Amino acid sequence: MEIPAQKKIAKIEFGIMSPKFIKDIAAAKIVTPELYDKEGYPVDGGLMDIRLGVIDPGLKCKTCGNKLKECPGHFGYIELARPIIHINFIGVTMDLLRSTCRECSKILIPKNRIDKYKEQLNEIGQISGVSGQRKLIKEIIANLKTQGKCPYCKAKQFKITLEKPTTLIENEKRVSPIEIRTRLEKVTDDDLELFGVNPKALRPEWMVLTVLPIPPVTMRPSITLESGERSEDDLTHKLGDIVRINHRLFENINAGAPEIIIEDLWDLLQYHITTFFDNEVAQLPPARHRGGQPLKTITSRIKSKEGRIRHNLAGKRTNFSARTVISPDPMLQINEVGVPFVIAMKLTVPERVTDWNRDYLKKFIEKGPHIYPGANYIIRPDGKRKKITDETKEQLLEEIQPGFVVERHLMDGDVALFNRQPSLHRMSMMCHRVRVLPGLTLRLNPAVCAPYNADFDGDEMNLHIPQTEEARAEAEMLMEVQTQLISPRYGLSIIGCNQDAISGNYILTAADFKVPRDVGVDMLAAVGIDDFSKLPNKEIVSGKEIFSVILPNDFNFKGLSRIYKSSPDHPDAVVEIKNGKLISGIMDKNNLGEGSGLLLRTLHKKYGQEEMVDILGKVYRLGIEVLFRHGFSVGLADIDLNEQTKNDIRVMVVDAEDEVQSFINAYHDKTLDVMPGRSMDETVELRILERLNRARDDIGRIVQVKANQKSDIMKMVQSGAKGNIINLAQMSACVGQQALRGHRINMGYKDRTLSCFKRFDLGSSSRGFIKNGFKNGLLPHEQFFMAMTGRDSLMDTALRTPKSGYLYRRLSNAMQDLKVEYDFTVRDASGRIVQFQYGEDSIDVSKSEAGKINVRKIVHSLE
Amino acid sequence: MDELYEEYEEKLPLSIIEEVKKYTEGLGKMKLKKVLEEVYKEYRSSLAEPGESVGIVSAESIGEPGTQMTLNTFHFAGVSEMNVTTGLPRLIEILDGRKEISTKMMEIRLKSPHNKGKDIKELAKQIKETTFKEFIKSIDIDMVELTMTITLNDDKRESAARIAKDLDKAVKGFSFRFDKEERIIVKGSSKEESLGSLYRLKEKIKGIYISGIKGITQVLPVKRDEEFIIMTAGTNIKDIARLDFVDLEKTMTNDIFEIEKNFGIEAARQAIINEILKVTRTQGIEIDVRHIMLVADTMCMSGHVLGINRYGIVKEKPSVLARASFETPIKNIMDASMTGEADFLNSIIENVMINQPIPTGTGLPVLIMKGK
Repeated sequence: MEIPAQKKIAKIEFGIMSPKFIKDIAAAKIVTPELYDKEGYPVDGGLMDIRLGVIDPGLKCKTCGNKLKECPGHFGYIELARPIIHINFIGVTMDLLRSTCRECSKILIPKNRIDKYKEQLNEIGQISGVSGQRKLIKEIIANLKTQGKCPYCKAKQFKITLEKPTTLIENEKRVSPIEIRTRLEKVTDDDLELFGVNPKALRPEWMVLTVLPIPPVTMRPSITLESGERSEDDLTHKLGDIVRINHRLFENINAGAPEIIIEDLWDLLQYHITTFFDNEVAQLPPARHRGGQPLKTITSRIKSKEGRIRHNLAGKRTNFSARTVISPDPMLQINEVGVPFVIAMKLTVPERVTDWNRDYLKKFIEKGPHIYPGANYIIRPDGKRKKITDETKEQLLEEIQPGFVVERHLMDGDVALFNRQPSLHRMSMMCHRVRVLPGLTLRLNPAVCAPYNADFDGDEMNLHIPQTEEARAEAEMLMEVQTQLISPRYGLSIIGCNQDAISGNYILTAADFKVPRDVGVDMLAAVGIDDFSKLPNKEIVSGKEIFSVILPNDFNFKGLSRIYKSSPDHPDAVVEIKNGKLISGIMDKNNLGEGSGLLLRTLHKKYGQEEMVDILGKVYRLGIEVLFRHGFSVGLADIDLNEQTKNDIRVMVVDAEDEVQSFINAYHDKTLDVMPGRSMDETVELRILERLNRARDDIGRIVQVKANQKSDIMKMVQSGAKGNIINLAQMSACVGQQALRGHRINMGYKDRTLSCFKRFDLGSSSRGFIKNGFKNGLLPHEQFFMAMTGRDSLMDTALRTPKSGYLYRRLSNAMQDLKVEYDFTVRDASGRIVQFQYGEDSIDVSKSEAGKINVRKIVHSLE
Repeated sequence: MDELYEEYEEKLPLSIIEEVKKYTEGLGKMKLKKVLEEVYKEYRSSLAEPGESVGIVSAESIGEPGTQMTLNTFHFAGVSEMNVTTGLPRLIEILDGRKEISTKMMEIRLKSPHNKGKDIKELAKQIKETTFKEFIKSIDIDMVELTMTITLNDDKRESAARIAKDLDKAVKGFSFRFDKEERIIVKGSSKEESLGSLYRLKEKIKGIYISGIKGITQVLPVKRDEEFIIMTAGTNIKDIARLDFVDLEKTMTNDIFEIEKNFGIEAARQAIINEILKVTRTQGIEIDVRHIMLVADTMCMSGHVLGINRYGIVKEKPSVLARASFETPIKNIMDASMTGEADFLNSIIENVMINQPIPTGTGLPVLIMKGK
């Protein structure tokens, strides 16, 4: 297959087509609104003329001789009976008319001042573009004393107003497009430059149309309905109207019809051409289908998210992709993705036949498309694609030789891109290795849920198979999971153990975990380890010894466990790993988790990506294996408190309520100390809020100490696997104050929150303090308050998503061109320097430790 | 030692050299050289590679956590502080480059001894903008005589004479006299004044500025880390700077536009960085400063603070198609056609449009070969 030389488009110029240009590029002059003749063949000189391109299979384009899909289409034109104003240029047209003399079309600025203003205009043109320039010129002319009189020919000037959408009124008389055109013709090129109009790109009279280009048929294809009836595109409909009215206008003019009829037809033609360009003009009723829905004409085709630019040009579609529900599989490696057989047999990888792999690839063809691993297509060197079926199989096997490409089924180890929307950061699309598995879902290791922000409540994800060597190489080198371990946002790992993996390792490495050696071997074997020589040869082994087997032998590490914060003297508070042996410390979120997971971070630094991914996978599976054997469950009893504690908490709540009441009393007696800068009302609110929050915190502290320390809930909290002490306190003791927009709940009925309270009651329970815990159950009014804040936070999320989405779109649009250049400056697309050194030190955050070079560590490592 | 550092000053950023100095105090020369060598090696391997799409990475780093921020406009930071716009709305406000922000605030640091709390309440009062409204006890209008009698609050009477003068200066067409009963009598200076205009005046004079600093609507003395500061709602750095008890170097305002106006673009850039950091910190979101710096630099590149929207940064883009693909495509294409603009397809989006390799990352290197 010959690789075509890569064409490069150097630039795209914008301008306005002159009438001559329109005629020159046109392949046909359109004269009749008819589309097809009786046989259903396109009429010559009609809107579907085959000189404009073909949309029917079998026909050949008369202009270029190509068939359907090969012919790009060609423009045609119609001659308009009378000039028509172009709706999108009405603003400029009017500005030009207003600023030039109605007699001599010279700009209404005296000669001696032009140079002075020219500078000003150029300046503003640089800053705020053409529109700013035009605005300024209007201001200049309005400020000139000579207003009302041309400084050159002394002709009297009148005010021109725009009667929307396209009628210009001067001195209470309508200016006809013919008149406009003649005036614009007379504007000199020099004057045009003042308006920021480039005379090389256009002459202003071209903005008044005398000929209208007819877009090619290929851009407005008709569709054949099931009934065999043809349904035409919206643009064709509109063009039909234009041609028809134009025709009638011609006839009437030639027949010498009364002026009023001609005017009416002229206006109608103006309407049709206006809506042809833009069907959403404010003052015009949009042209509609028979059904009543507005036609989609040129402007609406280009505009908006569904328009040509954002939908088709900036957004592309792909083949070789799959999408289905995801589910977890910790037995997969972190950089693997489980692909169901059905998908693996549809998605293919092209492999080029060489002398060395011919026999290997033949096996795939022999199996065909229905037996895995087979092949679906072969591609001949001339680019012809042949489907492999039972009938063609024999022949294709004969035919195949070096240079052919076989599209074989997806197999283990192929590279694939895996993606979950919304793709908010680069880790939302990573490269995984394929693992073909039974089942119907895509599978991923739960450790990579964090970068994708995925869970398994029905999430779907997409899979793409790169089809060229370059794409595969880039995917492997730049996008594979192990290259994305460190988030470029803050320079810490984004992939780490979570949930069960953390609680499992927490249990494993706790002081009291001991199992017979053979159980330990079993566990390690399940994780994927076959060398047990590192496990001490004694009857009973400890969890720490089992964990150490995973670690490399020359690994040294010092860190802190989560318990260090509360009890630094605990024997397991400090994590110490010496020569690959875990001597002290419990593995918890601080060491294994994402973000601050320091153990993993250090492993990554020292042994590289591959090793770290391997170790992380093993640690993850070990955690789960521990839970398999040890058991892990949560029950209601886990959140029970003993009677004494319950009483203590009840007393604390009552105390808080009493104190709140005393604030309220003081408020009513006006004896409350007013806080500086606050009113009495605000002061009492703040004091109450503060007191109640303190009560909740105190209760939390008590629960932390008094709750069953051995329960599995507590283990989750302590290890950092899931939940925190406030969650626990809310379940077992007291939910606490419900806040709405930073205040206690203070709305609902008149002067009270719910009908069961007295008016102006500022007490804790009437303003949303929930003193019960979830286990006890909430009182009816508490349940209401809870629902209020619940709804509020729901609304908050619903409103936030589009807002932050738009912010993100704006940011990425503004900054997408910034890149580091070879001289380490940051520049935009046109080479303007944004930063002389990226981030003032050129450090790539994703290659650093939280954005820094860890000098301390380097110094220590050298000591 | 020093020559060693000098040698490496070329190779390493100053911040890293400083850190090396901190950790290697008292180390021998050979050891220091080794440390520097290692640090340099580490630094080299941490460099952002040429072609790296740092812009998009920064945009992602700020855009992605946006979904996690709260929308709540008001937020209580502790008990005695003020209400501030935080979270997503504030972030949007900063990046928009808005001239009018929703909650202007200042933190005024004071010179010694006031920063230890001396006279702090009086100083705060002095700063606060007071309008005539706060002096009024009652206003009576005599409909026959067409005069207005203003009775002042009891505690404000001593300054009444001065106030009358101020009012006289501020309002034209009326005369303000101060009588023996310590009231202010207002009379139309010409005879044509109607009752209607008197009523209008009644509302107008309530808003007349009397003392303090314009724009400062609320003041609050706060103790922060052993130091007393004054927090204000509303900003006016220009007038605050004139007060001799203010420590201007440490005084801050959150109005970026005001900073740009008074201190220039570099200060505005730093202010943008600080304000974004403030938002991310209160929201508990970690974003590396580099990303924030890049955004701030992009906004300030042209010499003015430009917002990240179609009127600001996007408008500055030289490419027609890049502008058109963002917002208002029709307008951009029309304007381009009128100026005869050409798009040289230098940036990413145009190359995506025409299916060419994009000029960043792996699309950057090109191979030039001599044809036969």
